Amino acid sequence: MKRIGVFVCHCGINIAGTVDIKRVVEAVKNFPGVVYVEDYKYMCSDPGQNLIREKIKSEKLDGVVIAACSPTLHEKTFRNTVSQAGINPYNCEIANIREQCSWVHTNMEEATEKAIRIVKSIVAKTLLDESLVPIKSPVVKRALVVGGGIAGIQAALNIANSGYEVVLVEKEPSIGGRMAQFSETFPTLDCAQCILTPKMVDVASNENIKLLTYSEVVDVSGSVGNFKVKIKKKAKSVDYEKCTGCGICVEKCPVKVPNEFDRGMSERKAIYTQFPQAVPNKPVIDRENCTYFQKGKCRLCERVCPFGAIDFEQEDEVIEEEVGAIVLATGYELYDVSNMGEYGGGELEDVIDGLTFERLLSSSGPTSGEVRRPSDGKVPKTVVFVKCVGSRDPEHHFPYCSKVCCMYTTKHAMLYKHRVPDGKAYIFYMDVRTAGKGYEEFYQRAQEEDGVIYLRGKVSKIYKSDGKLIVDGFDTLTGRKVQVEADMVVLAMAIRPSSGAEKLFNLLKVSTDANGFLTEAHPKLRPVESLTAGIFLVGCAQGPKDIPDSVSQANAAASMISVMFSQDYLIHEPIITGVNEDLCSGCGICVAVCPYDARKINREKGTVEVNEILCEACGACAAACPSGAAQQKNLTDRQIISMIKAILEE
Amino acid sequence: MAKPKVAFYWCASCGGCEEAVVDLAEDILKVVEKVDIVFWPVAMDFKRRDVEGLGDGELAAVFINGAIRTSEQEEMAKLLRRKSRLVVAFGSCAYLGGIPGLANLSSKDAVFETVYKKVPTVVNPEGVVPRTETDVDGFKLKLPDFYDGVRTLAQVIEVDYFLPGCAPPPDLIMEAINKILTGELPEKGSVLAPEKSLCDTCPRRDSKPDKIKISDISRIAYKKIDTDKCFLAEGIICLGPATRSGCGERCINANMPCRGCFGPTREVLDQGGKFLSGLMSIVDTQDEEEIKRIADSVIDPVGLFYMYSLPYSLRMKFLK
Ligand SMILES: Cc1cc2nc3c(=O)[nH]c(=O)nc-3n(C[C@H](O)[C@H](O)[C@H](O)COP(=O)(O)OP(=O)(O)OC[C@H]3O[C@@H](n4cnc5c(N)ncnc54)[C@H](O)[C@@H]3O)c2cc1C
Ligand code: SF4
Ligand code: SF4
Repeated sequence: MKRIGVFVCHCGINIAGTVDIKRVVEAVKNFPGVVYVEDYKYMCSDPGQNLIREKIKSEKLDGVVIAACSPTLHEKTFRNTVSQAGINPYNCEIANIREQCSWVHTNMEEATEKAIRIVKSIVAKTLLDESLVPIKSPVVKRALVVGGGIAGIQAALNIANSGYEVVLVEKEPSIGGRMAQFSETFPTLDCAQCILTPKMVDVASNENIKLLTYSEVVDVSGSVGNFKVKIKKKAKSVDYEKCTGCGICVEKCPVKVPNEFDRGMSERKAIYTQFPQAVPNKPVIDRENCTYFQKGKCRLCERVCPFGAIDFEQEDEVIEEEVGAIVLATGYELYDVSNMGEYGGGELEDVIDGLTFERLLSSSGPTSGEVRRPSDGKVPKTVVFVKCVGSRDPEHHFPYCSKVCCMYTTKHAMLYKHRVPDGKAYIFYMDVRTAGKGYEEFYQRAQEEDGVIYLRGKVSKIYKSDGKLIVDGFDTLTGRKVQVEADMVVLAMAIRPSSGAEKLFNLLKVSTDANGFLTEAHPKLRPVESLTAGIFLVGCAQGPKDIPDSVSQANAAASMISVMFSQDYLIHEPIITGVNEDLCSGCGICVAVCPYDARKINREKGTVEVNEILCEACGACAAACPSGAAQQKNLTDRQIISMIKAILEE
Repeated sequence: MAKPKVAFYWCASCGGCEEAVVDLAEDILKVVEKVDIVFWPVAMDFKRRDVEGLGDGELAAVFINGAIRTSEQEEMAKLLRRKSRLVVAFGSCAYLGGIPGLANLSSKDAVFETVYKKVPTVVNPEGVVPRTETDVDGFKLKLPDFYDGVRTLAQVIEVDYFLPGCAPPPDLIMEAINKILTGELPEKGSVLAPEKSLCDTCPRRDSKPDKIKISDISRIAYKKIDTDKCFLAEGIICLGPATRSGCGERCINANMPCRGCFGPTREVLDQGGKFLSGLMSIVDTQDEEEIKRIADSVIDPVGLFYMYSLPYSLRMKFLK
């Protein structure tokens, strides 16, 4: 049997005030396995810890129970103490006689009796404790970032600047994400391109970043510290080694198709770069619209390219990368206007969404920054902005708040007024949410300096009459119906997770909430981690948010990853739920139960296998295992039963 | 040298375990060659006084099948314990309480009420039920007491080994006898059957999906499934994952899911409870209403999950 020493702490009068320490000491002496008992005023103090170390040696103890405060406070402290005296730290246990006893009782008699039983049960547990060694696993010091919007760019730059390699995968031909489409940004109205482009260029020139545009993740295996990722590089049909980005091919290409980047308000060629500041600033051929790929004739671009960079033979290529951590930064898209039947269902040309309006404001946009409406290119004299379209509408659309619309609508109205000073800007709103530094001031400025008119209420209908757009609404402040005749309407559509993101998330087995946004490991304390170790969430993929928040998350994730990479091994608590192979029949019940995907049936061996690094010791499998083969280390059923017995025994 | 003496006895059981010994066929001759059977009421004419006449510890081993329901069974169990160096709880009823143990869901009075009055084939106008003592013409007639509950053998006497099964299969019986004869016995208190649960040897194991999730529970009588498919994965309750192997998969091969007669594995205290915990863990929904619907769709849950082990269950252990 183990030789257990019990050290009872007074914690000043915190414990000794309610618990009769002498009686506890006397009672503990008789418990099975206990060979030494001592009490002390403050066990966690230096002299207290010295006492424990001395007695471990002189009494040849191999198990230690500290009867003191909650293990969340000093379990680490005391486990360190005992290991300094040569005992495996997992043979040291805390009997909590403060938070769970002296602090919650007033009757000394009863509190003392309870303290004795608590110590007794912990002694019973300690008798059965195994010596454990922390689990170590090597780390591949490279990160994968999926999504090259502002969040992904920021994360990639930070990790790379900490000295670690990053693979940045972007599905479009250029990085930049939504921010690249904006004109100016709230609340400072600095030009979006001016603050974004330098970062994009940094990405391209950073030696630690391997930029894979026009690419997608197609398979992932492995786990934290060692993921194996398969990435499909779609054929660009241009040899980037040879291409200088001169653009002659684009100029000569005869095919014109609607330009997605300008939300269909301009045209691009079949060979194209997304926008002038694109990174990389080299074109791709959109094979679905290329005459050569569709009809077998043309190859004009090949003829005009001075560098012989066009390569029609290029094929999709799947490459494999090994990484230790993954950042998901797949961003968002806007809920489609066609979902709003009462607002024209996408049929009214001059009822547009916010991103489309950004393009109208942008100096590199289809109108060079002049606000001209899509239908006839006229400058609209009255513009109505409608907020919360699809958001905060659990019955018909989505229950959540898209968070950025209050601010960007204010920005839109303001910028419109700057461009068209004699125009009228109305904003229909349910609430104006301006929680952010400088946001409330920005909103005040729109009303006071720019004369934006705010109408509190919902818009019930938008339709066309006599060449005008009629906006029917209800002003809840005056309690009256309002009708505005507008030349253009801008809808602040709900923010939705990127299309295709769901497939990626399933591949990575990261969970999403009811709205499809990524779920964080803890909403308050672990906001940028997923439940799967080593996978991080940043930007709008996790939920609607603005640029400053996206950037903060990216910085947070990057620094967590840098910390992880600064070690050669991942160290993981050995208190996990393993498998007793002598008992496991490979029934597989535990496999589906594990939220961390830590368990797998090994069909050859006929037992289950546990990836110890992934196990977070939640215990779900231990509860489920019908044969008792899955048991939490040092919290086995046998231990728990012997603790219960010890407590109940007379 | 004299052959070791052994005895067989039965308590609350159906007789199938006795049948299992007879089913050893020619092997029984090998057994008889090596031992003297000195007491076996079901097969040979011995009386209680023959046992009482033995010295304490004179028997090498006694195999007792059946659970303990009456005072007579308890007395005989205690007597045999005294006379024998080894006691083997033979079969599921002696080990776990077995099917008779399901009577623990009803009180003694309710059992009498049903058996002696309500059953349609019973004619009992005076409503006579068994009593421990009755005066007949000035004589006292005695009957054993019918206890209020069913207990396992180990809840009444100390048991050295447990041989599970309803009934135990011939290979395990022969193995147990050989171990006793050679003295190569495992630790006292062991169950003389493999450690792993039935999935380990189940002929359908390869059909298991990587992750078992079920969204409906059915019964074999209501659902047609391929005869090589894992029952559980098809939503048919099979206690295999929670039941020791060693049975020879007789039920599975007859397209019947496991009912648990071999009892739990070493580390499990409560077979039915543990299985239930596993079963509800693989229910594929987070919706409380849906979970409730699925749970409620189990017909006779106690009878299903504790078909063989109700007296052995945690709850019954506490009630004791
Ligand atoms: C109209 C409008 C105006 C706004 N104005 C402002 C403003 O003024 N100030 C402000 O702070 N915020 C503003 N916002 C919010 C801002 O857009 C977001 O905060 C920011 O873009 C979030 O960045 P992100 O990197 O998370 O997402 P995104 O910008 O959406 O970037 C995601 C990137 O990931 C890529 N991607 C997606 N899926 C995959 C995949 N499977 N594989 C590879 N790559 C993938 C996308 O192509 C994209 O490049 C505005 C939003 C809207 C709708
Ligand atoms: S304890 Fe939780 S995390 Fe660990 S293997 Fe079991 S179910 Fe998975
Ligand atoms: S539930 Fe238990 S017996 Fe079944 S595979 Fe998992 S560990 Fe093995």
